[in-house]
Amino acid sequence: MTVSRRDFVKTSSLAMAALATPAGSSMLAREMTPSQQSADLLAQQLCMLALDAARSAGASYADARVVGIRRQTVQTREERVSGVEESDSLGLGVRVLVDGAWGFSASHRLVRSEAMVVARAAVEQARINASVGGPAVELAPVEAYPDGEWRSPITTDPFDVPVEDKIALLLEANAEALRVDRVRFVSSAIRAERIETTFASTAGSLIRQTVYRTYPTMTVTAVAPDRSGFESRSSGEVAPMGLGYEYVERVDLKGRAGPWAEEAAATLLARSVEPGEYDLVLHPSHLFLTIHESIGHATELDRAMGYEAGFAGTTFLAPPQAVLGTFQFGPEFMNVQGDRTQRGALATVGWDDEGVAADSWPIVKDGVLVDYQTTREQAGWIAELTGNERSHGCAHAESWQHAQFQRMPNVSLLPGEEGHALDDLIAATDRGILIRGRGSYSIDQQRYNFQFGGQVFHEIKGGKIVGLLKGVAYQSRTPEFWNSLDMLGGPQTYELGGTLGDGKGQPPQSNAVSHGCPAARFRGVRVINTAAA
Amino acid sequence: MTAPRVDLLTEAEARRLCDRTLQRIEADAAEVRVSATLAGNTRAAMNRITTGGDVSDLAVTLSAWLGTRGASVVANRTDDQALAAAAERVVTLAGVAPEDPEYMPPPVGQRYAPVEAFFASTVGLDARTRADATAAMVNEAKQADLVGSSYLSHEANALAIANSEGLFAYHRSTAAAVSTTVRTPDGRGSGWAGATHNDWERLGSAQRLARVAAEKARASVSAGTVEPGAYTVVLEPTAVADLVRLLPRALDARMADEGRSPFSKHGGGTKVGERVVNPLVTIFSDATDPDLLAMPFTDDGTPIPRTTWIERGVLQNLSSSRYWADRHGHPPIPMGGGLKMVGGNAPLDRLIGGVEQGLLITRFWYVRSVDPRTLHYTGLTRDGTFRIEGGRITAAVPNLRFNESVLGMLERVTALGVTGRTLPSGAGDPGSPIAVPPLVVEDFHFTSVSDAI
Repeated sequence: MTVSRRDFVKTSSLAMAALATPAGSSMLAREMTPSQQSADLLAQQLCMLALDAARSAGASYADARVVGIRRQTVQTREERVSGVEESDSLGLGVRVLVDGAWGFSASHRLVRSEAMVVARAAVEQARINASVGGPAVELAPVEAYPDGEWRSPITTDPFDVPVEDKIALLLEANAEALRVDRVRFVSSAIRAERIETTFASTAGSLIRQTVYRTYPTMTVTAVAPDRSGFESRSSGEVAPMGLGYEYVERVDLKGRAGPWAEEAAATLLARSVEPGEYDLVLHPSHLFLTIHESIGHATELDRAMGYEAGFAGTTFLAPPQAVLGTFQFGPEFMNVQGDRTQRGALATVGWDDEGVAADSWPIVKDGVLVDYQTTREQAGWIAELTGNERSHGCAHAESWQHAQFQRMPNVSLLPGEEGHALDDLIAATDRGILIRGRGSYSIDQQRYNFQFGGQVFHEIKGGKIVGLLKGVAYQSRTPEFWNSLDMLGGPQTYELGGTLGDGKGQPPQSNAVSHGCPAARFRGVRVINTAAA
Repeated sequence: MTAPRVDLLTEAEARRLCDRTLQRIEADAAEVRVSATLAGNTRAAMNRITTGGDVSDLAVTLSAWLGTRGASVVANRTDDQALAAAAERVVTLAGVAPEDPEYMPPPVGQRYAPVEAFFASTVGLDARTRADATAAMVNEAKQADLVGSSYLSHEANALAIANSEGLFAYHRSTAAAVSTTVRTPDGRGSGWAGATHNDWERLGSAQRLARVAAEKARASVSAGTVEPGAYTVVLEPTAVADLVRLLPRALDARMADEGRSPFSKHGGGTKVGERVVNPLVTIFSDATDPDLLAMPFTDDGTPIPRTTWIERGVLQNLSSSRYWADRHGHPPIPMGGGLKMVGGNAPLDRLIGGVEQGLLITRFWYVRSVDPRTLHYTGLTRDGTFRIEGGRITAAVPNLRFNESVLGMLERVTALGVTGRTLPSGAGDPGSPIAVPPLVVEDFHFTSVSDAI
C-alpha cells in the first residue's frame, strides 16, 4: 500500500490537530507512556509534528526518528556477579535538507514543543551549512511505506528471561572453565538489546521496527605456575546475533567452557610460531573479520568518494569508474553479497534508517567488483556505472542522537560449489595454520595493508593438525590476499560471524553487522611472530 | 539561532534531581549519577559541509544495594513516573543478584580539588560559528587546489553524584576539538592537523591547522621508497599520545598482582619501585593541571588525587580499586585525572635537527594490541611520514606498519620536546585529556610498508 504526498500531509496535519493543547506542556509524555500502544502513538505524533515544523521552516526533505534503546548486561567473574546493568535511552532525531545541505538536531525531551524546536533547529543549521557552498545533495527515489512494520525473528524476548536464569547460566559455565588446571580467571556476560524505532519521512513513509540482539561471551585466562606468562582465550566462535534468548541457550556456553579453558591452558605450552610463509585455513569464526575489514569497509561508496577521508579513510577501490566491472578482487569462484535480509544477521532490518526496503545484491561477482554499499544520497553517484538509480538501503544511525549515514550491511562471502568440508581444506594443506576466532586486527586507511591475529592457531603438516601454535599474526595486502584464495568450503562450513561495535563517522557511531562465510584456504601468506616482531 | 536551547544542568538542579531520585530507591544503600550533555558538531569533506548535529541528552544512573547485592539502571527520562519505574527496577534487579564478596559501601562525603574546566567560549559555539571555522579550513585547502575534510566538535557536560551516605559531587566542563585532513586531488598526498582544549579560545586558529595539513599533503606527494626495519623516529605529539594513552589500561594493581600484566613480577608481586622505562620518562595524572583540566572524581565520587605513575623511569604506582586497596590495606588509587608526560624545552624543529638518519611521524592509525604481556601494539603511520637526513626533512616516504611495545618505545626515548595538550588520532572528539611532548625514539620497529595514502 502506498500513500500520496497529499494524504501524508493530511495525516500529519491531523496529528497536529490532535495535539492542539497548550504549548510547552510535558503532559503528553506523562499521559502517553503507560502502554506500548500509546508510546507508539506518541512517537508517531512527535515525528509528524517534527516533519510539519521542518517543512514549514523550509526543508525540502525531512525525516524524523523516535528511537528507544534498551540494553541489559549481566556480567560475571569466576564465582561472582560483577555487574547487573540495564539502560534505557529514548529520544527524537530530525534530519532535514535545506538548499541541498543536511542539518540534524536531536533531543531526549519527548514533548511536542521540543519536537518542533528540534526540527526548526535542524532547518536553521542546514541553511547555515548550505551557505558554505558545494554541490547540492540529491536523493535517489524511494517507495513510500505508510504503514511499515518489522520485527527481528525472535522466539524468546531476552528481556522476559529472569536475570537469575542468566546469572545461573553464566556461573555454571564459569565453573566448567575453572575446573581446568592452570585456569585462574574467567569472565562471562550476556548482553541483550532492543531497539524500537518509529521513522517518518516527507517521502511518505511511517515505519515501526523492533530490532533485537543478543551476545553471550566468555574469556578464560590460564596463568603459568611460575607466573612467567598468561594466555587468554575468548569465545570467538560465538557471534552476536540478531536473535532472541533462544540463541543464548543454543550456543551452550557451559558445554564449550571446558574445551576453551583446555585450549587456553594448552597454549601456555604451545610452540611459538616460526615466521615465514604459510598456507592459511581460516575458520568462519576468524574469516568474518577479515571480510569485514578488507571487503566490507573497502566497498563503502562514501569512502570511495572521499567523504570519510578525515577519519575512517578512503579505499583502494576508487574511483568507481576505474574499478567497477573490472577490478579482479579474487578468483572466479569468489562471490560477495551485500545484504540486509538474512535471518538472524545483525544488520538485517525491514527498512534502513531512511525508509529504503532491505536489499540483497552482489558486490563481488565471479571475482570482479560490481557494486558498492549505497544510501539515497549516494546511489546517483554511480547510477550510470551500475544502471541502478536506487539506494541499496545502507543508511543507519546508532541512535536518536546520531544522524544517518552510510553503514555496512551484512557483507558475506558465499560458499563454494564444490562442497568442501573443513577437513578437506586441512587435508589438502601441506604446511599451514588453521586459525579460529577473532584476535588483534589492524588495517590501513585505504584497506590495503593488514595484520590479523586470532584466538587459536593449529599447525597443519602433511594434511593433518599436529599441534597448537602461539604468537601468530598474518600480514598481507588485500588484493594479493584475496587472489591467493584457492579453496572454499561448502555450505556445510558456512557460519555467521559479527560485531556489535563497528565504528565509523564523526561523531563516531557504532554499527552492528554480520558476515557469513565458509571456511577458506589462502596460499603463501606471510606470518609473523607477535612476540618477536 | 542554534545556540544551546536549554541551559546545562546547574548544581542546584542536579542536587534536586539527585535527591528526588535517591529518595525513591528503597534499598540499604543507593547512588545516583546524573549526566547532562549539550553537544554539537560540523563535519566537512570534499571542500563542503557534509553533516552537522546538535544534541541534548541527560542520563540518570541509579545503583542500589540490598546488603552486598547490587545492580544499576540507566534512564534518560526524569519525570516522576520514569524515575519511580527506574528506582523500582534497580531494587528488583539488586534483589535477584547474588551476594557480592567484593562489595564496597558507597563512599562517604568527600572534598574535591576545584577544577575550572567550564568555558563560556565553548558553550557559546553554535552552527554559525562552526560553519565559519569550517569554511576557513575548507577555503585554505580550496585556494591551494587541495581537498579538505574537517571536523569540529564541542560539548558541555554536567555530572553530579549523590549517594545514601550523604556524598554529593558536581562538576561541569566543556571541551572542543578541531581536526582537518587535507589531500591532493590525485590522492597522492595527505596531511593532518588537530587540536583540542576545554576553552575554544585556547584551541588556536582552525585556519592555521588547515595550513599545516595542506603543507603536509603537498610535501607527502611523490613518496620515495622505504624498507621496513628499526628506525630512529621523531614522533609528533599526536603520535606520542596515540601510544602513551594505551599505558593506563596496564597500570592496574589487581592485574599485576594476579600475574597478567606487563607489571607482574615473575614469581609473584609487582614491579612497583623498579625501573620499567627510560629515566627521561615521567608520567602523571592531575585533574587540576592547566593542560588537563579533567574531572576531579571517579564515577562513584571518589576524589582523584594527583598520582605519579612513572617517575624518572621508575614505576611509582598502579591504580587500585576501592575493593582491591581495602583488601591490601592501602588507600585506593583511582585512574583518572587525565594523563601528562613531562617534556623538555626543545621545539620540534630542534628534535628533528638532532637526528642524523630517521623518520618523522605525524600520527598513527588503527593501533591494536598484539601482546598484552609486553604491551606490544601494531598500527600504521598516516598523513605525513617523512625521511630525516642530517637533521633535515629530505623526502616523503610511504606509510609503514609498526609492531612495537609501548614500554619498549618509552625505554628507547632519547630526547623530549615541549609538552602540550594533544588531540590523539581517532574520530576527533576531545576525549580524555592528554598532554605529551614530541619524542625522539631509537630503534622503533616497522614490519611492512603500506600502499595507503
